[in-house]
Amino acid sequence: MSMRTPLGRVRGLGSAKSGTEHFWQQRVTAVALVPLTVAFVAILVSLLGRNHAAVVQILGSPPVAILMVLFVLAGCWHMRLGMQVIIEDYVHGETSKLVLLMLNTFFTVAVCLAAIFAVLKISFGV
Amino acid sequence: MAGTKAPVARPLSPHLQIYRMTLTMAMSIIHRITGGALYLGTLLLAWWLIAAASGPTAFGTAQWFLSSFLGRLILFGYTWALLHHMLGGIRHFIWDLGYGFGPSDREWLTRATLIGSVGLTLLVWMVGYFGLGGGR
Repeated sequence: MSMRTPLGRVRGLGSAKSGTEHFWQQRVTAVALVPLTVAFVAILVSLLGRNHAAVVQILGSPPVAILMVLFVLAGCWHMRLGMQVIIEDYVHGETSKLVLLMLNTFFTVAVCLAAIFAVLKISFGV
Repeated sequence: MAGTKAPVARPLSPHLQIYRMTLTMAMSIIHRITGGALYLGTLLLAWWLIAAASGPTAFGTAQWFLSSFLGRLILFGYTWALLHHMLGGIRHFIWDLGYGFGPSDREWLTRATLIGSVGLTLLVWMVGYFGLGGGR
């Protein structure tokens, strides 16, 4: 039997055991995403009304493709962290929480990879 | 056994329903909702990029949906959610640096974020429609 209070036992262990790291990564990706979002919106607006050939040509040019990949990478990382917090806040059942946290990782990694693959395929050309 | 005693019912802090809704509180909630919406919005982005990578036919289907009324509505919402979440993030950076916690600062920042996100969204769409052929 432990004489320690629940507070004493939990101190130093956040819900994910690494609270500051999570916060820091969240902020680093957030800072990166400010200019990347501006670039992303500008790129998409510049593609309006263009046909497939023109869109592919613009998206595939190295500076645009690199910005798109950076946006997707930072965005997916950021949203994985954000959704993790939402799940931890609202899902209290241990099993369902673990399942959802896992699905969150699967979803973000899959979307990230799919989007980046598409940009690279466009850029490398086939 | 002393060890199996039920845990003490400790007081919990009151939750949402007990507070009067304020603009800063609404904006905090909206920040989370826009984040969740953007999470799903990446599916749309990935789909569109894959369509573009797949060829003119797939791209045509994606463009047909996105330029439909529903598609444009979703894109308009996505634009606002993205810009609102971005400005909300900048508000958080200001707080992270230790500024903007005073009552008037808070309110001012909140209003600026809201007005800024709506204004920027309208600006982006006006540029898209009148400047770059988004109306086509």
